[in-house]
Amino acid sequence: MTIIVKKVTQIMCGIIFLYGIYIVVHGHLTPGGGFAGGTIIAGAFILLIIAFGSGFLSLKKEETGSSILESSAILVFLLIASAGLLVAGMGIFFVNYLPKGTIGHLISAGFIPLFNIAVGIEVAAALLTIFLALLIYKDEVIK
Amino acid sequence: MTVYLLCILLFLIGLYGVVAKRNLIKIVIGLAIMEYSVNLFLILVGYVKGGTAPILSRNLANKVFVDPLPQAMVLTAIVIGLATTSLLLAIAIRLYRKYKTFDIREIKNLKG
Amino acid sequence: MDWFVPLFVIVPLGGAFLIAIIGSFARPFGRFFTSLVLASLIGLTLYVIFSVTIPIVYMVGGHGPIEKVPIGITMILDGLSVYLLLIINLIGFFSAFYSISYMKKFTSENYYYTLFCLMVAGMNGVVLSGDVFNLYVFLEMAAISSYALVAFGIEKEELEASFKYQVLGGASSLFILLGIAFLYWNTSTLNIADISRVIGTTANSATANSEFVKFVGVILLAGFGLKAAMIPFHAWLPDAHSSAPSPISSMLSGVLIKAIGVYVIFRLFFNMFTISYDTALVITTIGTLSMVIGVLLAIGQWDIKRLLAYHSISQMGYVVIGVGIGMLVIAHNGPRSVAALSIAGGLYHLFNHAVFKGLLFLNAGAVEYETGIRDMKKLGGLSSLMPVTTSTSLGASMSISGIPPFNGFFSKLIIIIAAIQAGYYVLSILAVFVSIITLASFLKVQRFTFFNKPNEKWNRGDFNVREVPFAMCFSMVFLAVLCLGLSLFIVPAVRDIFITPAVNVLLNSAVYSTGVLGY
Repeated sequence: MTIIVKKVTQIMCGIIFLYGIYIVVHGHLTPGGGFAGGTIIAGAFILLIIAFGSGFLSLKKEETGSSILESSAILVFLLIASAGLLVAGMGIFFVNYLPKGTIGHLISAGFIPLFNIAVGIEVAAALLTIFLALLIYKDEVIK
Repeated sequence: MTVYLLCILLFLIGLYGVVAKRNLIKIVIGLAIMEYSVNLFLILVGYVKGGTAPILSRNLANKVFVDPLPQAMVLTAIVIGLATTSLLLAIAIRLYRKYKTFDIREIKNLKG
Repeated sequence: MDWFVPLFVIVPLGGAFLIAIIGSFARPFGRFFTSLVLASLIGLTLYVIFSVTIPIVYMVGGHGPIEKVPIGITMILDGLSVYLLLIINLIGFFSAFYSISYMKKFTSENYYYTLFCLMVAGMNGVVLSGDVFNLYVFLEMAAISSYALVAFGIEKEELEASFKYQVLGGASSLFILLGIAFLYWNTSTLNIADISRVIGTTANSATANSEFVKFVGVILLAGFGLKAAMIPFHAWLPDAHSSAPSPISSMLSGVLIKAIGVYVIFRLFFNMFTISYDTALVITTIGTLSMVIGVLLAIGQWDIKRLLAYHSISQMGYVVIGVGIGMLVIAHNGPRSVAALSIAGGLYHLFNHAVFKGLLFLNAGAVEYETGIRDMKKLGGLSSLMPVTTSTSLGASMSISGIPPFNGFFSKLIIIIAAIQAGYYVLSILAVFVSIITLASFLKVQRFTFFNKPNEKWNRGDFNVREVPFAMCFSMVFLAVLCLGLSLFIVPAVRDIFITPAVNVLLNSAVYSTGVLGY
């Protein structure tokens, strides 16, 4: 890609990443939440790979890393959800057992922000894995 | 009422794409159009006249909210559509490498 | 006391992603862990059958009804759900155990076990869900895993079969979502019991709602009919089931078309929509067409797995006829004993078909594992070289053709007797006729595959055909023993534990909503 695309990408991808994190963390106050924010975070990484070409990265290592990150995010999600089964007093799956604060503050609404963060990481890692898998397949075939 | 009919028309256009086109990628695009039309229909079902976005904030002051349940359903349906489309495209790419063509009239190994 | 209900979904889901993480470091982890997960699920199901009073209504997240409107996600464990859970986890365990030896030839084995556990989790979720959108989400989870599993070997045929399966399955899922959208538009609720209350009260009034409900019923029948491989919607089944790896073929044909196809049709048309004569007539007609056309298409096949796939269509037609006759009798206000007999026959045939069709596909996989050939004209004389495979295949063939004392005979007999008692003589004659053609077709399979004069290649030494490894033998022998053991469901004591709760859910269809909502 030309130098203009590379320079603009270098400046913008950090801002896009930060914007994605903002949408994920404020998921219980504004529209958005885990899935939309996770897509934007994945967009930042994919923009870097498209602008700079894939010759710099040894993509197999990146793909294994993002695949393991995705599976661990889902396991963290299941762990937080199932921890409600063990909390004394309520033995129900998926119950909201953390203290709920006042409406409108950042730290409120029980464990919904934690779930948003887990889903955001998972969606970003999943989209990155799909993109890298298709890219690696093209490299394997060309060889 | 016309809005719902236009959504069904979009669904039928997508169905035409799946049924009548010969290129693999056009079939995938037809399926994607069908999925978008069903999502649109689902959101329009939940519209309340004069309503606003269903987000609970500090200054409530007798607002009328639109129905939030179809919006949650559509978020899930969009994710499912993403998984379906990406799996279809991965298989289409591998089919192209094996058969060297995207035409479904050439890809006819299984018969009977 | 009912904390174990979401475990049916959590345990396979967590296990799937644990295999994905640990399997990329240690390769043999996935094989044994999957069998362990499924064995624990079988244990949980047997505990539920023998020690727990059903029905259990589990509100996820503790969100109970607010002013009698159910707003939360509910998971409902009643007689029909427990019956299907037993079938899913049993066949799943044997397929997973079989694939310990079968999948050693494939690369990226741990992704296979991840997808397998995800498929089992999705099917368990469909059977347990109490509202219609949760059912759709779990259905998509199971279906997308099965699309990927059909294409697992990445040969030319498997990719083409998987693409065809995906396009048709995706279109039918969108029809289902459209039906759910129409249903929400009409009733403003997603809970199955609550929808049945709303539809039940407005169908008798003078509004035009009953035409709308029939329209939604037709759309949902088209969507779920494709998942169940009924006859106008069967075009994906022969390719997908014959090109998949063999343990996945047995899972697809033995469990998937039941859990996400036939079970959902029964649940929605008995417990959600009010039983009407027109819908029952349509369902029974589709079942009859599947039964007859499936077996007529199956006779001329020379590929073993394609023949077995066409027979799946025909046997599922038996199940739909069994329950459909019950629905017709209830709609006519006929004698309830005839309806109970017919529905019991249909559900009993569901379990039998899972066992013997799973066993037949595992046998075909064993033959393909040793010789690499699926065309029956090129096989022959395997009975002396592979004794275990031959004897179990003989048992399963006698089962599907309806020869006593195997289990297929009893379930087909119950369906035919119920059809005669209800007055539908044409259906019973067709059922007998289809059974005779099935017998002829399986005599052909047995003769050409196992008992013919041997192909000279076996003795020439470039094939080296032996008996299959221990894990595959174990699954096949145990399923064959189960084929004989399931004949015991005729005994009234055993029948009352397993089948009668399931029949009661469908027979007393109005009790479902009272049990869930509590008023």
